[in-house]
Amino acid sequence: MAPIVSMTGIEKRFPGVHALKNVQFDLEAGEVHALMGENGAGKSTLMKILSGIYSRDGGDLQIEGRSVSPDSPRAAQDLGIGIIHQELSLMNDLTVAQNIFIGREPRKSFGRLDEAALNAQTAEIFAPMNLTLDPKAPVGSLTIARQQMVEIAKALSYRSKVLIMDEPTAALNEAEIAELFVIIRRLRAEGVGIVYISHKMDELKRIADRVTVMRDGEYVGTVDAIATPINQIIAMMVGREVKDDPLDVPDLSQAEIALEVRGLSRGREIHDVSFSVRKGEILGFAGLMGAGRTEVARAIFGADLRDAGDIRVHGQAVPIASPSDAVRAGIGYLSEDRKHFGLATGMSLRDNIALASMHRFTRRGGALNDDAMRDAAQGYIRQLGIRTPSDTQEVRLLSGGNQQKVVIAKWLLRDCDILIFDEPTRGIDVGAKSEIYKLLEELAAQGKTIIVISSELPEIMRLSHRIAVMCEGRLTGILQGGTETTQEDIMKLATQREAAMQPTGT
Amino acid sequence: MTSATETKSKTLLSHLVDTGAHQKLLAFASLIALLIGFSIASPNFMQTSNMIAILQATSVNGVLAVAATLVIITGGIDLSVGTLMTFCAVIAGVVLTYAGMPLPLGVAAAIGAGAFCGLCSGTFVAKMKIPPFIATLGMMLILKGLSLVISGTRPIYFNDTPGFDQISRGSLIGEIIPALPIPNGVLILFLVALSASYILGRTVLGRYTFALGSNEEAVRLSGVNTDAWKMGIYALAGGICGIAGILIASRLNSAQPALGLGYELEAIAAVVIGGTSLSGGRGTILGTLIGALIMAVLTNGLRVLSVAQEWQTVVTGAIIILAVYADMVRRRQTN
Ligand SMILES: Nc1ncnc2c1ncn2[C@@H]1O[C@H](COP(=O)(O)OP(=O)(O)OP(=O)(O)O)[C@@H](O)[C@H]1O
Ligand SMILES: [Mg+2]
Repeated sequence: MAPIVSMTGIEKRFPGVHALKNVQFDLEAGEVHALMGENGAGKSTLMKILSGIYSRDGGDLQIEGRSVSPDSPRAAQDLGIGIIHQELSLMNDLTVAQNIFIGREPRKSFGRLDEAALNAQTAEIFAPMNLTLDPKAPVGSLTIARQQMVEIAKALSYRSKVLIMDEPTAALNEAEIAELFVIIRRLRAEGVGIVYISHKMDELKRIADRVTVMRDGEYVGTVDAIATPINQIIAMMVGREVKDDPLDVPDLSQAEIALEVRGLSRGREIHDVSFSVRKGEILGFAGLMGAGRTEVARAIFGADLRDAGDIRVHGQAVPIASPSDAVRAGIGYLSEDRKHFGLATGMSLRDNIALASMHRFTRRGGALNDDAMRDAAQGYIRQLGIRTPSDTQEVRLLSGGNQQKVVIAKWLLRDCDILIFDEPTRGIDVGAKSEIYKLLEELAAQGKTIIVISSELPEIMRLSHRIAVMCEGRLTGILQGGTETTQEDIMKLATQREAAMQPTGT
Repeated sequence: MTSATETKSKTLLSHLVDTGAHQKLLAFASLIALLIGFSIASPNFMQTSNMIAILQATSVNGVLAVAATLVIITGGIDLSVGTLMTFCAVIAGVVLTYAGMPLPLGVAAAIGAGAFCGLCSGTFVAKMKIPPFIATLGMMLILKGLSLVISGTRPIYFNDTPGFDQISRGSLIGEIIPALPIPNGVLILFLVALSASYILGRTVLGRYTFALGSNEEAVRLSGVNTDAWKMGIYALAGGICGIAGILIASRLNSAQPALGLGYELEAIAAVVIGGTSLSGGRGTILGTLIGALIMAVLTNGLRVLSVAQEWQTVVTGAIIILAVYADMVRRRQTN
């Protein structure tokens, strides 16, 4: 049987970037084909060509044996190709149902919208996904993970023959990933061909049938997902061995307390959260989606106003009413949502990296020292391996993982004493991930205080000296980091729902 | 991978030109086309005196458009630039004619009043979170009313302030090079544009102006006091309107309190023709200057061709739509 998708000799150039060089890729009906590669390798670009968003500069694209050139997402949909983008593309002010059925709303006579049918049909799509979401909720009010689920539901609703998922699990936690995999397996059984892009290596073994690896815009090879060892796939991706050092928990019992939070509360999201972090410590925050970790971080940072709670920095009470107060007190916060809260995507890398530190580049009279800004930006481009033609490139033209590195660079340059990283490695490839882990450990060793919020338990366990676990807005416990704590210990606290429990641990 | 080929020292002038120069190409080409078209249609058009008249007409609208550009790049809009200009002219009249103060004080009062009113608009927008359209619409009406109240609805003449009319109508350049009697108003527009371009391109305030228009929340979460900077930008725009107030008062040698309404729309039209995006984050002063010139050439050319006033308005409207459409098409192609 001919493959459902067959791409050969694909070429794509952008100004200053040769994004795809003679790339091939094929997809069978009823398989999950993983597409792997470092940040900026060209995965998203290849899939955007398949789904009609970019036109190719060369090569051949065949769908079920026929050469085609879809010139718009609409044309690709008509060919049976659906895509879930890496960057969410929902309309925040519309409801969940309106988003899913945008452009093909059920109608009554005279073009009147049939809202009832719209919501009913949406509920029908959610049912087999095990998704409890109100079709009438505005999308903007949902967390990223839930928005991601809406995107998936939207793509499913097209009944596509080919479904492309560009990092669908980047914002999902374990339980949600498991649910997504159930859906993927069902679709596979129905004969849908699925392209699966992810930087989470463990997912390969769980869901993929075949793996195609790309590097620097070139095709490296296609291998069997089950039979090929992960290390070999990583080596194909990065062209070298990636070594990750194990966690080493320092004894910080004598270290000064850098940040102390007492009785933090905000609406229904945060209930009486208290904890402290020492100088040089990495405190991980684990929990399920909606546990309130991001809300705690935002409240500490002054991004949202809090109802109650004291924040002490180096023993001093600091009144934090806005992010600028927090930054002045030496607290930095890297948001989980880079597109909305992290980046001015229409501006250059250089400007984005300097955005939190403009005072450093300001001469008397307010003139900017652009040369110094360029040097700083280029330093981070080198240090973090950001793939870009220059530091004046607009951030929106970078690949997702490289955009994430820009946000990290912004906060590294700001040089805060206390850094809160919310999902810092979202969308970042394996090689760069271990570099960032090392970097965070170096920062801690230099005496910075680091809080890491992550939905990936392996990441939490790899980094944290102590692990704070939240459930439904409460801090349910703080565990020691290191080998004696298991994933089960964390999950137990993360699902501890009874209202009258006391926090355990230090 | 990073290019080290960047030119190190940019001069002020080159900065005005090179910020996204290709974007301006289209507007510039339309300007040239208009000039050529009108010259062919009427021999009177290319006369030096007519060219000077066009430049003179550009000066006030150009300065207002520069002010509007700053606010529009932040993702806002300023509907009050026209009546604020008038208000500042009236303030100058009160200080100079009624109070008999010396000329520099009058000029300073006008600019100061402009900056203060801009700061008010900025406070409404940044602190009180009133949408810019509404805040400046309110401000537009308040200032229109105040101008009439303060002046007693009568024009204030500057006959007792020698030299006041020379601010706009005299020609420093003409004194040095008699063949080039470019009025001071145009010189002032040029200086205002140059300064604004410098601020936008080379200062923190400018960088934040673009950043606010690009993604305000991301800027706030970077620890930047976005409210304060935004108020600063509105205040700066207000101050520039004060300069426009001096220019128009000097040209008419009087402050006309009923004038001003409608100028904001001409200014905004110049801004969008110049390729600045109304959704913020993008724009240049050079583009705005070209936009203002296109507006002035159009009005003047149609008048020279004796096109009826009513039809002039129709044509101007059509040109605005055409210009912005052309810009959209170009943008879609480059993406
Ligand atoms: N519209 C564009 N204009 C210019 N360059 C682009 C554009 N889109 C992508 N690129 C460049 O093409 C290269 C490949 O990008 P792509 O988004 O395909 O990477 P990716 O493999 O999906 O990476 P990631 O894992 O980080 O998402 C990158 O260097 C990127 O900067
Ligand atoms: Mg990608």
